[in-house]
Amino acid sequence: MDFLTANGPALLFYVFAAMALISALFVVTLRNPMYGAIALLACFLSIAVLFLLRHAEFLAVVQLFVYGGGIMVLFLFVIMLVNLHQLRESKRFTPTAPVALMVALALAVLFVSLFLVVSVSPVTADTSALVMVDGEIVGNSEAVAWSLFREYLLPFEIVSLFLLVAMVGAVVLGRRT
Amino acid sequence: MEITTTHYLVLSFLLFSIGLIGILTRRNMITVLMSIELVLNSVNLNLIAFSYQFSELTGQVFAVFTIAVAAGEAAVGLGILLGLFRLRGTTNLDSAMELQG
Repeated sequence: MDFLTANGPALLFYVFAAMALISALFVVTLRNPMYGAIALLACFLSIAVLFLLRHAEFLAVVQLFVYGGGIMVLFLFVIMLVNLHQLRESKRFTPTAPVALMVALALAVLFVSLFLVVSVSPVTADTSALVMVDGEIVGNSEAVAWSLFREYLLPFEIVSLFLLVAMVGAVVLGRRT
Repeated sequence: MEITTTHYLVLSFLLFSIGLIGILTRRNMITVLMSIELVLNSVNLNLIAFSYQFSELTGQVFAVFTIAVAAGEAAVGLGILLGLFRLRGTTNLDSAMELQG
């Protein structure tokens, strides 16, 4: 029990990191996109837990709503709209897959060894800025909201315009001609 | 055991590599779009790890923007996918060869 209380966050990190990696591997290897979508959902949920462990509670919930709810339903609808029968006998990977695989693996080895060699300075002991507004502790959601609507108001409005453009684009693309 | 930013960097780059492999090697466009979502998620993981590292909210605000962009990308990408399916009757990317790619 002492071991669990001392190492709880680390254990959670390892369990959910492993879950995220395994389900990501399922996403890229499974033949049926429906199973891939379910694996993707598992990956999103594990990443939401990893957000929680880094004091990003608001983003963890946004991850659940937007990815787990919105984007997932979009994917499932489209998978059900297109015909899955012809996927079964066709080949899964492109002819150039081995080359692409080698390039990606080389990149992964390079960067991971780089991260392990370069030492990042230890985490700041005081992470209270993530939950504070004007020197008062209010919680992560409120702190993000203040930052979003005060310092980043213009980017926020531009993003809302971008979402409108994306919506119009999706309607135009999806229309029957 | 202390979980450092390096742990998060390694995990996020592994996720990025898996997503990259999916984008580069799969023929089915649905799976390619799902791999793009994986890549965007790994970027979010990085932003949040550094936001915690420096005790700075900007990383989390940027992650909100990334999620919005990912949602728009998914909507438009799936619209293109439906157009491809209507035109060709398949979702395989190598059926779109008009530009001799």
